Amino acid sequence: MLEAVGVSKHFGGMRAVDDVSFRIERGQIVGLIGPNGAGKTTMFDLLAGAQRPSAGSILIDGVRVEREAAHRRLARGLGRTFQIPRPFAEMTVIENVLLAAPRQAGERLLWTWFRPGQVAREERENLDRARALLDFLNLSALAGEPARTLSGGQRKLLELARVLMAEPSAILLDEPTAGVNRTLRGEILARIAEINRRGVTILIVEHDMEVIARLCPRVIVMAQGRILREGAPAAIAADREVVEAYLGGAPA
Amino acid sequence: MIDLLGYAAFFLTTALTYAILCLGLNLQWGMTGLFNVGVAGFAAVGAYVSALLTTPEIAGRLGGFDLPIALGWIAGAAAAGLCALLVGAITLRLRADYLAITTFGIAVAIDLFALNAQSITGGPFGIGFIPRPFIAWAGRPLLFNGAHLLLTGGVALILFWALERAGRSPWGRVLRAIREDETAALALGKSARAYRLQAFALGGAVMGLAGAIQAHYIGFISPLNYVSALTFLVWTMLIVGGSGNNAGAVVGAVGVWGLWSASGYLLNTLLASQYQARGSSLQIVIIGVVLAVILVLRPRGLLGERRIVSRHLEETGAP
Repeated sequence: MLEAVGVSKHFGGMRAVDDVSFRIERGQIVGLIGPNGAGKTTMFDLLAGAQRPSAGSILIDGVRVEREAAHRRLARGLGRTFQIPRPFAEMTVIENVLLAAPRQAGERLLWTWFRPGQVAREERENLDRARALLDFLNLSALAGEPARTLSGGQRKLLELARVLMAEPSAILLDEPTAGVNRTLRGEILARIAEINRRGVTILIVEHDMEVIARLCPRVIVMAQGRILREGAPAAIAADREVVEAYLGGAPA
Repeated sequence: MIDLLGYAAFFLTTALTYAILCLGLNLQWGMTGLFNVGVAGFAAVGAYVSALLTTPEIAGRLGGFDLPIALGWIAGAAAAGLCALLVGAITLRLRADYLAITTFGIAVAIDLFALNAQSITGGPFGIGFIPRPFIAWAGRPLLFNGAHLLLTGGVALILFWALERAGRSPWGRVLRAIREDETAALALGKSARAYRLQAFALGGAVMGLAGAIQAHYIGFISPLNYVSALTFLVWTMLIVGGSGNNAGAVVGAVGVWGLWSASGYLLNTLLASQYQARGSSLQIVIIGVVLAVILVLRPRGLLGERRIVSRHLEETGAP
C-alpha cells in the first residue's frame, strides 16, 4: 500500500532522512518511533507530499508519487494529520470537517451557479457524514463553534475528523495524543484502533512507547535519519541499541 | 427636486461602479487573502479595451472599431480577467507581501503604458467619444441618469448574486480555508494554486467590467483615472464595509463614495479658489482618517464576515 525506497532528505549538510526504506501493507497499523530529531516528522512530510525527497521514491499502491503535491496524494488515498493541529481557526468545527469531503460538486465554480440542486443535495449528504464523524469523535456539542475555541485535545480530535472526512485508505498520524490529558488520550487511542479495524492503514508517530505497544503489532525505530530497528514492540523495547538511542548515546 | 433626483441617480450609479470594483477585490482579498494592490490596473485594462473596441474610427490611434457597447464590456472584463490569470500564474506562488509588490508594479506599468503608448491609448489625452448607453436621453438628466442607474444596478445585482452563490458554497469554503492555512488545505486535498488562480482571475474580470462600465458612463478616460489613489479608495471601501462580506463591499463603496463626494463638494464651496488645488488633497486625508477610525473601532468593518461560509448550512438550520 505505502512504500518508501531509499528515501533521503538533506538540508544543506544535514541528513534529516537518510536512505530510509520500508513497506506497509493494506490494513496494517505501524508505529514509527525514535528520539527527538530522528527525522520522523520529516519522513511524514515526505510521504504526504509537504516536502520533496532529495533522493529515493515513494509509492502508493505501486505508483511512484514522490513528485506529486500533497493534494494529489490525498486523492490517491493517503491522508495525514499534523503534530501541531492546524484547524481553520475562524471556521466552525462542522465546516472544518465539511471542507475535507473529497470531490465536491460545489467546489466547481461553474456548478455553484448552474447546478445548484446537485450542490445542495451533496452538501446535505456530506453534512450527515460530517455529523456522524463528529459524533464518533465526541465533538458534536462543538459543531457550531469556531475552531479556535477548541482545546488542544479537541483540536487533535478535529484533525482526525477532518482527515477521515476525506475518506483516505491510509492515514499518517503525527503524535495524535501528544499534550492531551489522560482521559482524552484513551478515547483517541480507542478511536484510532476502531478506524484501523474498519480497514484504514495507519502509520503513527508517537513518543509514548506504551501507546505504541497498545496499538501497533509492528514498530519502526528511526534514529539520526536512519532506520535503526523494525519489529514487534516487546522486542524493540528490550533492544539495547534502541534504548541507547533514546538515552542519547550514538547508535553502535 | 428633479435636479436632486438626477444627482442622486448620478451619485448612486458612480457609487455602484465602485461597488463592483469592490466586489472584485472582496473575492480576491476578502475571501481568498490575495493582496492585490493593483486594482487600478485591472480597471484600466477593462476601460481601455472596451473603449478601443467601441469608439468610432480615428486617425493616429489604433482602432476605434465601432463595436456595440455590450461587446466592449464583455471584452473589457475578459481582457482584465486574462491579464489577472497571467499575472496570477506567474506570481501566485509568492508570499502575500511579494504579491502586493508585483501587483502594484503591474498597475504602475499599465498606467505608464496608457500614458506613453499614444498610438494605442491616446497617451495623456486619453480616449474620448466613448459611446454612452442611452445617449439619446442625454438632454434629460433624470431619465438619462435613471436609466444608467437601472443598468449599472442590474449588473451589480447580478454580480452580487453570482459572487454570493459562489462564495457561500463549498467553493468559497475552500477559498477561506486557503486564506487561513494553505498547508492544511493542501493536506486535505485542495489544490491551493488552482483555486487562487480562479479567484484572482474572476476578481480581475469583475474589476475590468467595472472599469468598462465607468468608461462608458463618463464617455472619456485618461491615465489620470487609474493612479494608485483609485486602488487606495477601493481598498478603503472594502475595509470600511467589511472584508469578506459581499454586502459589506457594496455598503462600503456607497458609504465611502458618499463621503468622498460630500467632502469634495464642501471643500469646493468653503475654500477660496486659490486654495482649491491643495484643498482636494484634504479629501484623501479625510478618507484616511475614516479608514483609521474604522480600523480602531470596528476592525471587521461595518458588516463583518459571516462565520458560516456555506449557505446550505444556514438553509438546513445546521449549526
